[in-house]
Amino acid sequence: MDIIKITDLVKKFPVGNGHFTALNQISLTFGEGEFAGFVGPSGSGKTTLLNIIGSLDTPTEGNAIVLDKSISELSHKQSAKLRNQHIGFIFQTYNLLPVYTVYENVEFALLLQNLSGSVRKKAVLEALEWVGLTDKIKSKPAQLSGGESQRVAIARAMVKKPKIVLADEPTANLDSKNSHNILQTMLKLNEELKTTFIFATHDEKVMKYLKRKISLADGKVVGDEMI
Amino acid sequence: MLAIKLAFKNLLGAGLRTWLNVIVLSFAFVLIIFYNGMIDGWNRQARNDTQNWEIGSGQFWHPAYDRFDPYTIAESNAVISKDIQDLIDDDKLTPVLIRQATLYPQGRLQSVLIKGVDPNQKVLELPTADIQNSQNKYAAIIGKQMAKSTKLNVGDKVLMRWRDKNGTFDAHEIEIVSIFKCDVPTVDNGNIYLDIKTLQDMTTLQDQATMLVAHREYENTKLEGWEHKNLGFLLAEFDKIIESKKGSGLILQSILLILAMLAIFDTQVLSIFRRQKEIGTYIALGLTRAKVVGIFTVEGAAHSILAAIVGAIYGVPLFIYLSKNGIYYGTSAQDAGMNIPMAETLYPYYSVGLVITSIIIVVVAATIVSYLPARKISKMKPTQALKGKIQ
Repeated sequence: MDIIKITDLVKKFPVGNGHFTALNQISLTFGEGEFAGFVGPSGSGKTTLLNIIGSLDTPTEGNAIVLDKSISELSHKQSAKLRNQHIGFIFQTYNLLPVYTVYENVEFALLLQNLSGSVRKKAVLEALEWVGLTDKIKSKPAQLSGGESQRVAIARAMVKKPKIVLADEPTANLDSKNSHNILQTMLKLNEELKTTFIFATHDEKVMKYLKRKISLADGKVVGDEMI
Repeated sequence: MLAIKLAFKNLLGAGLRTWLNVIVLSFAFVLIIFYNGMIDGWNRQARNDTQNWEIGSGQFWHPAYDRFDPYTIAESNAVISKDIQDLIDDDKLTPVLIRQATLYPQGRLQSVLIKGVDPNQKVLELPTADIQNSQNKYAAIIGKQMAKSTKLNVGDKVLMRWRDKNGTFDAHEIEIVSIFKCDVPTVDNGNIYLDIKTLQDMTTLQDQATMLVAHREYENTKLEGWEHKNLGFLLAEFDKIIESKKGSGLILQSILLILAMLAIFDTQVLSIFRRQKEIGTYIALGLTRAKVVGIFTVEGAAHSILAAIVGAIYGVPLFIYLSKNGIYYGTSAQDAGMNIPMAETLYPYYSVGLVITSIIIVVVAATIVSYLPARKISKMKPTQALKGKIQ
């Protein structure tokens, strides 16, 4: 069953008096539990496509249906709810909230779901256990290494057990060892929780782990292969 | 609740920047409350003194009497009826007979008002019993300022000239038997107090009075043949002074408040400019833009809550100390030549209402200046915010 269905998607950005076409006639589908990635050079449209799937942006033309919801038709409130309940984000620069501890950063996603304190605590500790950071729960992001920060970001994305995790260049700021650790963690979560992972990357290390590689060039899909 | 929790967390996490704003704002809080407390304290003190020394719960005037027109004094007296005398005997009213006279201290000439008062009265705090304690029929008491301006001391005798009811001049030496200290200038300056019976004899106005002063617990406002003057009327001049003081204080307070608000506004603008990535992250995690605007608005407004707490830490002990010990000016307003009721020591009055009103004003102002820059968030593109791009 498809959880993401993209049909004839076009995304244009205004530039001066004209516009720049970032995505051109993209049609893709993703099923549950995929471990896929958009690969391609900078400017190929990877992040734009990821943002539209994550309802952070809307298509100019065409349609993107995520978990039976048309991204173009969602209000701000509805898209916020979709992200909060079903989509986790992992960013290149981790985007941890600097004044919160590791525990609070991970807990943040659950605060919006009105869960009780004990339920939140259990979920946060479980998520931190997945990424092996239970000993850092009181640390602030500034006290963590790059690899640890990204593991916190994974825990934050996974704590609510979302259906989809979107990871934008998650290893770009990490060394080889940390990259492999991170990817192994994500792969393990993908297999255990059946979460769909979609990456935007041009990192060879990531590509080795992908089970499906979608190549983009100049806003078009130029390759889609199962590995 | 979430917005409040997050806002306080962010605010405290910002460290020194937050505390600088909070301290500036707490100064505004404390100074606003301090100034208003001074005005309120002065207002209460002066009203209290004026009521205790001069006007009680109100006055009943002879219909012809006008306190600002000395020409009315000669005609402003009426016989005290039996019913009124009963009220006087019950200490509910006290009569005052007012006449003009000329005093000749050390050969100088000075116009004065002679006020005939009942030595046994219990309505006013005037030490009228001192008149009774003297054997001299022409025993008089005067205030400290009057004594200063006439250079008279206790035991001094001074020539006084007046007219009786027919306009015939008469003169006699009066003896100063007591000098009292009173912070109400209209009781002190230019006034000489004699036994009302003596003044009635001097002016052949037997059993007559110009006005009746009501005891603070006497609430009746109708006496046939007399015009009731309530506190609003009698304190109207003083109320105008208080209003003008509050008005001028408002300018000072507004400047303080504006400075504090500018600091918050500046912090908010900088915050939204610097924390775009954080804003994008909030949205990516599922917060609506309205909620993010709410967090930033509450964050700015929370400066005022923290400022209230910080202000309370040093303000409350200061206010308690001042309201107990007062602020000593070293000289009364009268000594300084001002014709306003004001004591040497002013006791500020900090009411719950004053504190709550001040807090509400500052919190509302802080919320508004926090909301204005935060509105920008609602127009931000989350994809750009996540990259930290200036929008």
